[in-house]
Amino acid sequence: MSPPKTATAKKAETEGPGGPSAGSEELISGSEAIAHACRLADVDVITAYPIRPYDTVMQYVSQMISNGQFDCDYIVAESEHSQFEIVKHASTVGARVFVGSSGVGWLYAFEALAVTAGLRLPMVAMVGNRALDDPGAFGVEHNDALAVRDLGWMLCWVATAQEALDTALIAYRVAEDQRVFLPCAISCDGAFLTHSQSIVNVPSQEAVNSFLPPYERGDKLLHPDNPITIAPQANEDWVMEIRRQSDAAMRRARKVLIEAYEDLNAKFGRGGEPFIERYMMEDAEVALVGMGTLAMPVKVAVRKMREQGRKVGFVRVRWFRPFPSEELQQALSEVQAVGVIDRDYGFGSAFHSGVLANDLRSALYPMERRPKIVSFVAGLGGREVSAANVIEITDKVFDAAGGDATSDQDTYWIGVRE
Amino acid sequence: MQKSNVEPITDFIGTQVLEPWKGIKKVAQQEYFTSGHRTCQGCESAQIMKLMAKAAGPRSIILGSTGCMYVANTTYYSTPWVIPWMHTQLGSSGSAATGTAAGLRALMRKGKMSKEPINVIAFCGDGGGADMGLSAISAALQHTEYNLLILMYDNESYANTDIQVSGSSPYGANTTFSTPGKVQRIMHRRWKKNTAAMLAAGHPECKYVATICTSSPIEAMNKVRRALSIGGPTFIHSLDPCPKGWDYDPMYSHELGELAIETGIWPLYEVEENTVKLYGKSRQIAKGLRKRKPVREYLERQGRFAHFIDEDFDYFQAKTDEMWEKWLVPGVIPFSNP
Repeated sequence: MSPPKTATAKKAETEGPGGPSAGSEELISGSEAIAHACRLADVDVITAYPIRPYDTVMQYVSQMISNGQFDCDYIVAESEHSQFEIVKHASTVGARVFVGSSGVGWLYAFEALAVTAGLRLPMVAMVGNRALDDPGAFGVEHNDALAVRDLGWMLCWVATAQEALDTALIAYRVAEDQRVFLPCAISCDGAFLTHSQSIVNVPSQEAVNSFLPPYERGDKLLHPDNPITIAPQANEDWVMEIRRQSDAAMRRARKVLIEAYEDLNAKFGRGGEPFIERYMMEDAEVALVGMGTLAMPVKVAVRKMREQGRKVGFVRVRWFRPFPSEELQQALSEVQAVGVIDRDYGFGSAFHSGVLANDLRSALYPMERRPKIVSFVAGLGGREVSAANVIEITDKVFDAAGGDATSDQDTYWIGVRE
Repeated sequence: MQKSNVEPITDFIGTQVLEPWKGIKKVAQQEYFTSGHRTCQGCESAQIMKLMAKAAGPRSIILGSTGCMYVANTTYYSTPWVIPWMHTQLGSSGSAATGTAAGLRALMRKGKMSKEPINVIAFCGDGGGADMGLSAISAALQHTEYNLLILMYDNESYANTDIQVSGSSPYGANTTFSTPGKVQRIMHRRWKKNTAAMLAAGHPECKYVATICTSSPIEAMNKVRRALSIGGPTFIHSLDPCPKGWDYDPMYSHELGELAIETGIWPLYEVEENTVKLYGKSRQIAKGLRKRKPVREYLERQGRFAHFIDEDFDYFQAKTDEMWEKWLVPGVIPFSNP
């Protein structure tokens, strides 16, 4: 994981052959793509604290600032707790903010993460997913970001650098929508996305401006012209009603996300379906489900198996909060069995499954005709999930579809030395 | 002082110029911390909130760390704050001030908010400041491009949660986490942190650090006004007698503040641009113009020291004597020249 040499920020093309929204093509990593999104979103306050692998985004941000390509208040904090608290407060006076972390760094900020959601502040964070200590590992696991899944954070996982950039713009638009006002974390798998380069279309400033309105706090602005008291002691008199408002906001986020994706597709000609990505799901008999860069080996394996005539498809969960129950019910309604591949663990949970498997099982339970759900844990600590692993997984899912009665009563660890 | 190459907010907005108030009759009448709180009778921390808000004036934003001055002041639907106020976490006073100031600076620089110097003050108790939030305060005091004041109201315990010992509790104090028993009389053996001087000495670019006490209210307000006018990050440490935590009749709050100063236990000083200036009776003590009262006169008035025997008073006296007789800067800096 070597530090970036140069940031490739360019003043986006205002007029190119493809019109004002054409932007420019860049060979960049997921971290650099998000740094570009911050620049294009004209973020006002950014705080950094070093931890691998998310920190690369801040290296690019820092360079864009020092090169005069980006104007924001950029603060290197003395801990993740302060890092997240600083942007939390900047957000209350109307500043658009960006922040991020990885692994135990994200958990060091946990108190700030909880109150940010409780305060309904539209903070946008990048999580460079990393295994939690101990033992130490730089590689990806999803338990870090998932730790906040019940607190009022919108959570998504992206699979490519292009999706990282586009999703960061979506995140600002949806988080700052006054119908929502919830923080949003964009998860990027450590190394596989944070450090891997691909060709990315960096949109023009005009295109971004047409998509992303400015951040307005309205009557919730903390300013001497609007002398309000924020976050007093509410206790049992009011806390439950306030929690209910957060619940309502998260429910409304669904619709706002759909609108944002519609607009992104219309203006940028990309973005796809919100919530989930379907891959070779037409006529599929079994489906694999996963999040993040797992999509790469899974898609390779699915193509290979399709060539052999095996009817398998893949559903990638893009948004984990709000959880796309309706979309998943619909996408998986025709398959006989589903294999959920978790890049996380849920020790002691139902069937010892990972977090995604448990949420999916819960989402599919009300269906009249439920597919069997087989749960897998793979790729922990940054271990590669190979196409061969995916085929091994798929074999088990076909077994379940074929009547193996007990395959959904446990969780299979794939690629592990026993 | 050498100028750094970072453009401070003072370069394009400046600070509010808050001249010192010369005497009680010159003090503004308008209050910005009013009714609506439910602090204890005789609470000097509530008094310092009132003085701080009055000194800062209406174009201010106040951030309040978890503690008495959060819980007892701001019950939902009932706030004493006339000026904008927001809660921040126990260890976050430094970060809250930095974030608020950074947001204002960025928005004003980028033309997204009308330019105006707005006072940013974050307060914390001794638990939030001298213990949990110390690293965030330290970081805040390094960011010279932001105008902010961190005010630590020190009632010498975690007074909101049930009076538990903090790093700023005086030696030997009886708290719910350091209760004297049959075998051990002294459970809290740490000497009180020298927080203000530590922060002043440790952050040479910080332009203003001061200690205050509500028993000298005009001086306290003027120090707040000086801190806000001078620009950059600043810090003020207030000693607040606390009837509940110190165990005395609320009518003696003012008197205990006076005694803390007169015994030499609480020196009043400021460090402006690295120059130390002692105030009032503390200056007289340092110059040998005033004899310190014995610490017994202060300690015996408080139930939290009721278990003290002669050797405890003697130890406390000897440690206080050292402050004035051995320290490099009497009452402030505890080094000595070889």
